Amino acid sequence: MPAVEVHNLVRDYGKVRAVNNISFSVDDGEIFGLIGPNGAGKTTVLRIISTLLRITSGEVRVFGHNVAKEADKVRKLISYLPEDAGAYKNLTGIEYLYFIARFFGEGKEIEDIVERGVKIANLGKRMDDKVENYSKGMTRRLLVARALMIEPKLAILDEPTSGLDVINAQEIRKIVQNTVKNGTTVLLSSHNMLEVEFLCRRIALMDKGKVVEEGTPSELKTRYNAANIEDVFVEVIK
Amino acid sequence: MNHLLNIIRKEVKELLTPATFVPIIVMALIFGSMGNMIGGATEETKKPPSIGVINEDRGQFSSIVNETVYSMAKVVYNSTSENIEEGVNAVKEKGGTALIIIPSNFSINIANNQSGEIEIYWIMKGAGIMDSISSGVVESILHELNTKISEELIEKGNINATFALSPTTRNETTIFKGKEMNGISPGTISAILSSQSTAVPIIIMIIIMMAGGMVISSMGMEKENKTLETLLTLPVKRSSIVAGKIAGSAIVGLLMAVIYMIGFRYYLSSFEVSGNINLADYGLTLNVWDYVLVGISLFLALTAALSMCMVLGTFAKNYKSAQTLTVPVSILALIPMFLIMFKDFSTLPLSLKVVLFAIPFSHPMMAVRALLFGDYMLVISGIAYAAVFSFAMIAIAVWIFKTDKLLTGTTIHLFRKER
Repeated sequence: MPAVEVHNLVRDYGKVRAVNNISFSVDDGEIFGLIGPNGAGKTTVLRIISTLLRITSGEVRVFGHNVAKEADKVRKLISYLPEDAGAYKNLTGIEYLYFIARFFGEGKEIEDIVERGVKIANLGKRMDDKVENYSKGMTRRLLVARALMIEPKLAILDEPTSGLDVINAQEIRKIVQNTVKNGTTVLLSSHNMLEVEFLCRRIALMDKGKVVEEGTPSELKTRYNAANIEDVFVEVIK
Repeated sequence: MNHLLNIIRKEVKELLTPATFVPIIVMALIFGSMGNMIGGATEETKKPPSIGVINEDRGQFSSIVNETVYSMAKVVYNSTSENIEEGVNAVKEKGGTALIIIPSNFSINIANNQSGEIEIYWIMKGAGIMDSISSGVVESILHELNTKISEELIEKGNINATFALSPTTRNETTIFKGKEMNGISPGTISAILSSQSTAVPIIIMIIIMMAGGMVISSMGMEKENKTLETLLTLPVKRSSIVAGKIAGSAIVGLLMAVIYMIGFRYYLSSFEVSGNINLADYGLTLNVWDYVLVGISLFLALTAALSMCMVLGTFAKNYKSAQTLTVPVSILALIPMFLIMFKDFSTLPLSLKVVLFAIPFSHPMMAVRALLFGDYMLVISGIAYAAVFSFAMIAIAVWIFKTDKLLTGTTIHLFRKER
């Protein structure tokens, strides 16, 4: 069963069509990348799959569950990391992880989830500091830990390394790769083409609300006779 | 100069939003209607009060009584024989303030250097500050009456100076909401009740403003800190999110209000009337069930306020805009507070009665006074209304959380033109 199935998805904001009749699927256990220029509709698609936005028409299923009709079931399977997400500033890092963990387990399970979160965040003693005292990189690490510590069936990561320095970005990529080894499927969007090429097994390229290309990085590079995905992107968009 | 104009134009456009001026317009309307009410009360002080007189005295001071009373008051009932029930009913029917009874031995007693007793039946209409204005005017008539008799006694060379200065005594009974209270005047009752009519609405207003502000700010902060999206993708019922936010804010709001009120209570106590009068002696006391009703009324008013704030909070874009959204709630809490301080629900004009009843926070503010005088209908109907209001607001809040309007902002941009 595919992790995500998107069929003829349309989403309108008033008179603006943000997502225009797209279809794609994400296989169980793979890292699938959505790339495209600003305003292409990537975040809208991710928010729909995350049960946050309603569908104008079409259908989206997550592990067979219809996101429009079975949102509660889908929410038990997913973990969504928005691009500009924040954490509760008056909580410490560890308190924030406990807050999230309590929605996904009880008793010993909570402790196990938080233990994984602490390991992923790797913030040492700073876990006991309030989030308001964290740097942008530390907050992002905490949020990635929050998203992945519950070992979701599907992790939806919108620009997971957004605003991070090279070292932090690399560490988060490693964390994402390790997560997949533990059985999580990852659907991510990114502006960083090298990141997408490095991480993703398959890629869908969106522009103006449509999926304009889809395939593995090597397939796309061959198709456009390009040295890397960034060149493919430029070629497709222009 | 063009640059300056450019900046001014931008500032005006940024600041002149419906959220800025709608509360001001509402405030102006409230002040206008309160001004009318105060103006009406001021007019009342200028008009001679309507009273009834039973004068059984035929002595020398009887004519002074008649002259003073007829010159300063509008006499709506006049009799020379003591039929108190008939007199009270007649004064009540004509909207009068008091029935003054001069007994047959009034002049004889004064002539014999004994106090002349004036019996007064006060018809009290309300316990608000403005409700006692008409009784204040009657008080001045009685004072004038005392002065004129004093003058007469001094003129005739009465040697007992103490008696000459105060030749009359009073035996007063106040009739208020069906209760007959002997030995107490409306002014005293108002003064005793004023600690409640001032403190209770202020306490409730502060609780609502504090806790309501918490809910709205909580929504503003969720959006500003970008935590809302994460929260909405968690496997938790939308109703639990709404209930959790309301309950959490209620706890913090109550805690803050308690701390605030400890200080404020000391401040208020300096205005309270101290004395030996105990309202319980007049049957004005609350039983256990009354306290339960007050508690339910307060709980439901708080729930109604917080659920309304929850709905308002969905309009907040960030913490700053959340602060602006607390203004309508504060205004709604201020309206009943002022109205109840000045007037009783029963003495308000119909339009203000409707406004007061429609604001769910009014009911606990009115509950204590209403229960003291056995007005269960007002309290229970208020509880029922606040329950329906709360349920409707919570349902709206849960519905908003179930849709994607919190994120897409279609409910937020109510005033934005479609382009």
